[in-house]
Amino acid sequence: MDNEKDILEVRNLEVNFKTYAGDVKAIRNVSFDLRKGETLAIVGESGSGKSVTTRTIMGLNARNADIVNGSIMYKNEDLLKKSDKDMEGIRGQDIAEIFQDPMTSLDPTMRIGRQIAEPLMIHKGMKKEKALAQALEMMKLVGITDAENRINDYPHQFSGGMRQRIVIAIALVNYPEILIADEPTTALDVTIQAQILHLMKELQDKISTSIIFITHDLGVVAGMADRVAVMYAGQIVEYGTVDEIFYNPKHPYTWGLLSSMPTLDTKSDVLPSIPGTPPDLLDPPAGDAFAARNEYALKIDSQRQPPFFKVSDTHYAATWLLHPDAPKVTPPAQIVARQKKFAQMQQELFKQQQQSHRVEEEEEQQ
Amino acid sequence: MAKYLAKRIFYLVLTLFIVITVTFFLMKLLPGTPLTNQAKLSKSQIALIYQQYGLDKPVWQQYLLYLAGAVRGDFGTSFQFSDQPVSYLISSRIGPSLQIGLQAMIIGVLLGIIIGAFGAMKQNTWIDTSATVVSILGISIPSFVLAVLLQYYLGLKAGWFPIAEWGGFIYTVLPTLALGATPLAESARFVRTEMVDVLSSDYIELAKAKGLSKAGVIYHHALRNSLIPLITIVGPLAVNIMTGSMVVENIFSIPGIGEQFVKSVLTNDYPTIMGLTIVYSFMLCVVLLITDILYGIVDPRIRITGKAN
Repeated sequence: MDNEKDILEVRNLEVNFKTYAGDVKAIRNVSFDLRKGETLAIVGESGSGKSVTTRTIMGLNARNADIVNGSIMYKNEDLLKKSDKDMEGIRGQDIAEIFQDPMTSLDPTMRIGRQIAEPLMIHKGMKKEKALAQALEMMKLVGITDAENRINDYPHQFSGGMRQRIVIAIALVNYPEILIADEPTTALDVTIQAQILHLMKELQDKISTSIIFITHDLGVVAGMADRVAVMYAGQIVEYGTVDEIFYNPKHPYTWGLLSSMPTLDTKSDVLPSIPGTPPDLLDPPAGDAFAARNEYALKIDSQRQPPFFKVSDTHYAATWLLHPDAPKVTPPAQIVARQKKFAQMQQELFKQQQQSHRVEEEEEQQ
Repeated sequence: MAKYLAKRIFYLVLTLFIVITVTFFLMKLLPGTPLTNQAKLSKSQIALIYQQYGLDKPVWQQYLLYLAGAVRGDFGTSFQFSDQPVSYLISSRIGPSLQIGLQAMIIGVLLGIIIGAFGAMKQNTWIDTSATVVSILGISIPSFVLAVLLQYYLGLKAGWFPIAEWGGFIYTVLPTLALGATPLAESARFVRTEMVDVLSSDYIELAKAKGLSKAGVIYHHALRNSLIPLITIVGPLAVNIMTGSMVVENIFSIPGIGEQFVKSVLTNDYPTIMGLTIVYSFMLCVVLLITDILYGIVDPRIRITGKAN
């Protein structure tokens, strides 16, 4: 491991899918780290390779997936080199996953208590009674009311929000080191979304797990994540802390994503969108994959892939616009507004910190 | 549950009444009479026999008389075997039919489940292809053709099994195979389709994410969910076996009700035809009732009496 604080290090991951038409290059040289206790959001539109990345980590890729290159280091061991049997021991024990649709991710014919208890029985070798007792505790922890009476109920007797709580209970029952949440709130309505996100935050503190949060919903990212990686066409194009990505984005694709998200300040009647569609990954373009949809594209974008340029110690973006020789461009108005707001917020935050600091000092004196 | 059962039993009686009515009049439409082949009888003799059996009365009267008898449990006396009441004729012959039918059903469905499940697990491999070939053959070859082939190859050529006798278990093997081929093929095809569907569902993904082994995923989650819908085709399969048995019992000379049914139709033995039709309908109704109740037991989503939420 390069870094003591890292729990997971993905390096140069390349995954192809073999199809009749040829190899679809779903993941093209993806590297990222997951730190202990943090939430890393991976953001991108459908087909950008978010889910394939997490599936590869879990060892649950479809049969036609071909891992061409890369390593996934967890506790000094490469998960990609592990046998199926070893991966079974890691799944649900060290790395757990929450899926998108709670309406379909529970076994309709098994009592939920048993479903929550199953990981304990598999990994801890617990007897059914003991595992069920612990499952009950877990149900209470995720906020299922009247858990004692509901432990023998079936999934169809629960609402969508409650089912997602059960799925979370299943994932966290073994206190995994890493939790992969693959769009866990996409299928829920907005009020329930907020509850589930709140619950996940709360449990993350209690269980001290690291979360990889997959989503296409930037609104969710803002409240959940510590760091954000933006994916496009099988590559990470920009990553940084959540504030850096939201208020000081550098990649034109991130600009596009953020501009397409209406905010309270949005006055225009037209909701901006990114023109065009993502490239065909059967035959990815030679240069920057986003070039064809990018109004700020330079000539070099269609010829050579941009490397990562450093913005700050935590913030990197793969766009030629950051090259010293690149012409200066002005980002869309909304992004400029964000950057201004960011500066303001930082000032306010600074003032608040000073104030609270003063209050604390006064309290200490008393 | 009791209310549900009472309702179902009421419908069962209603169904039987409709079956009796329709069959009775259809049967009367059959060409010929029970005495068609007895050319030697004089007209007065025939009239006498008709009177004895009540066949001289108008059809609607015969129908009412039959209903009145049936309600009291009297299904008349066979025309072919003049001393035998229909009820005795059926009860003495139902044993072999039930044995072969149940054997064919159980073996066929069990093997079908195994073949179908393996086909789904090894999707698009030679195992899957062979399973598909077996199902296609089983569905497309009629049981009577299979019966003759089995008789010829396993009975006559190989000499492993008796061909057309009735004795112990060994005599039931070939008819069971002949009758069981369709349930086997149908359930193999059905289970494969269901299981392919289930294996690609989200909860199987979650089961894998829990760290369950491949076998564990199949055993604990996939099997139950893909077998539940199989219950719905048990009824049609039972019908298939019942109709198949009429021919297969004839081919293997099995003293069962299927063989008797064919004989009775050929000789216009009205009371026996009626009696056997009622027995077949009753068995089918009971099978359907059992499958409905079973469905509720194995699938919590359609439990008939459940905790209201």
